[in-house]
Amino acid sequence: MDATSHITLASLAQQVLVGLSRTTILFIVSSGLSLILGVLRIPNLSHGSLYMIGAFVTYSAAVFIGGSTGFWLALIIAPAVVALLSLAVERGLLRFLYDREHLMLLLFTFALTLVFGDLVKLIWGSDYRSLTAPPLLQGSFDLAGLPFPRYNLFLLLLGPLVALGLWLLTNKTKIGKLAKAAAVDREMVAAMGINVSWVFAAVFCIGCFLAGLGGALVAPTQNITQGMDHTIIMEAFLIVIIGGLGNMWGALLGALIFGLTDAIGILVWPQFAIVFPYVAVVVVLVFRPKGLLQSTW
Amino acid sequence: MLENIKNHRGLWVVAGLALLLAFWPSLVPRFYVYLVSLMLVTGLLATSLNLVLGFGGLYQFHHAVFYGVGAYGAALMIKWSGLSPWWGLLVGPLAAALLSLVIGIICVRLSQLYYGMLQISLGSLVWAIVFRWYSFTGGDDGIHGIAVPGAIASVSGAYWFTLAVTAACLLVMYLVINSPFGRVLMATRDNSERAEMIGVHLIGHQLIALVIAGFFGGVAGVLFVVVEGSVFPDMMFWTLSLEILVMCLLGGWFTFMGPMLGAAMMVGLRTVVGIYTEYWTLVLGVILMLLIFFLPQGVLGFIGAKRTPAMAHSRRED
Repeated sequence: MDATSHITLASLAQQVLVGLSRTTILFIVSSGLSLILGVLRIPNLSHGSLYMIGAFVTYSAAVFIGGSTGFWLALIIAPAVVALLSLAVERGLLRFLYDREHLMLLLFTFALTLVFGDLVKLIWGSDYRSLTAPPLLQGSFDLAGLPFPRYNLFLLLLGPLVALGLWLLTNKTKIGKLAKAAAVDREMVAAMGINVSWVFAAVFCIGCFLAGLGGALVAPTQNITQGMDHTIIMEAFLIVIIGGLGNMWGALLGALIFGLTDAIGILVWPQFAIVFPYVAVVVVLVFRPKGLLQSTW
Repeated sequence: MLENIKNHRGLWVVAGLALLLAFWPSLVPRFYVYLVSLMLVTGLLATSLNLVLGFGGLYQFHHAVFYGVGAYGAALMIKWSGLSPWWGLLVGPLAAALLSLVIGIICVRLSQLYYGMLQISLGSLVWAIVFRWYSFTGGDDGIHGIAVPGAIASVSGAYWFTLAVTAACLLVMYLVINSPFGRVLMATRDNSERAEMIGVHLIGHQLIALVIAGFFGGVAGVLFVVVEGSVFPDMMFWTLSLEILVMCLLGGWFTFMGPMLGAAMMVGLRTVVGIYTEYWTLVLGVILMLLIFFLPQGVLGFIGAKRTPAMAHSRRED
């Protein structure tokens, strides 16, 4: 609690900026979760596992290729690997379950979580890994007398780009428009002669790609360990709930609220920082039980 | 589906099982006494979840939090209060019931998936607090060597206590489900709009069911303390909640004894698999996938459906 006395405006500003860059990762992961929830109506518990796999693959790819190139290539390779893995799972197993109730789908994604968790343990062992960012993104620069890490700036710039990309994807491409239509009324889309099954596959794949991208981006900022899947999935669930299920802008808003309350929590009361975002969620839900923005269903 | 229990063959099975359980400690080595105690505890937990999940139709994704709070309530009371440990055993379930009421009030107005996702998140918050509050809860180490009352401290003493309490709790839950309240609860599950239309107070009934389920989840937690003598935060981690869901699925969640059977099978299987490999979760994941694809109504549900083919095989709730 003695941290309270040291809070200055500058340290608050710095913490807010760090919180905002963390928001980027939260947004990327939870927008993928939200996309899958909105279109497929699956609360994908394995989203966290895919995030973890993304981080581990990033590590392995970056180490294998080596140097700065390794890192930049790994940022592309890891999400692609995760997306391919998810496509295999969707085509091989998940697509046969779409007419079952939510509970079965949830339990299926839980089964995936269990299997992926142990597969990661089998492949990478139980030790943690750490990855250093390339020299370009190392160190920090001066921000009104306080150091601000360069990698966080990189994340801060990347967030809006990903949001823009997602917006273009859902609003300007055929698959995005089909996905939006299928989210509202899948029978009608099928009646128009469109293969809804493949729309679902594409959406699931894109959603999981985002989980992998989140994992890749988080890799240099923390230890890559078993169990990082469990933390992120609960955070992503909360963010999606605050924002409104299936709403991409909701995911952005939710990630902002979560990231900022978490950052301020760390400043005010480090031991129980985690409580702050939850309190924010409860407050939001008391006033808007269906989330801040319109949910798609 | 409760007819399974009522008809004669079911009755014989239950009677035979009761007789076996009554003489269990004098028949087998201590490890198996302990194992059956653990099965009973887990089965009670799964049955209490099924009260709101199978019979109430509520997506209670994080039920283990009440198990954990029950156990921690007892453990902390015994550790810090200095009163007789029996008080701890009483406080645990009450704390769980209270928490269930609080979480229920926040979540109960939301529709199914929303309810489940918020419930699992709030439950995780409780876990996070317990996990970080080192000075009070022992953090990730948990609390060990809890002084349970001397009369029930031995392996067989814990077994008798667990057996008696579990049997009493199952009886109470059976009576609750077959009471007018239970029937109304099932009506809210099958068609909540129609139930409200004929004057049922929907949220009230769901909240009462949640508090009852939370209470018995807490009792299971207290029994765990009696059997194990320790508590740790993993008891209320969300993966355990989903494992209990799997137990309900395995046994059959529209049957009363299904979760008990599922829990016994799962605890037994974990023990056996644990001898051969450390990758139990991988095995569990594969079993779960097989269940979802080939046996979605569970073991008891499968047997029940075979006996009465006219009964609806699947019940969609979308």
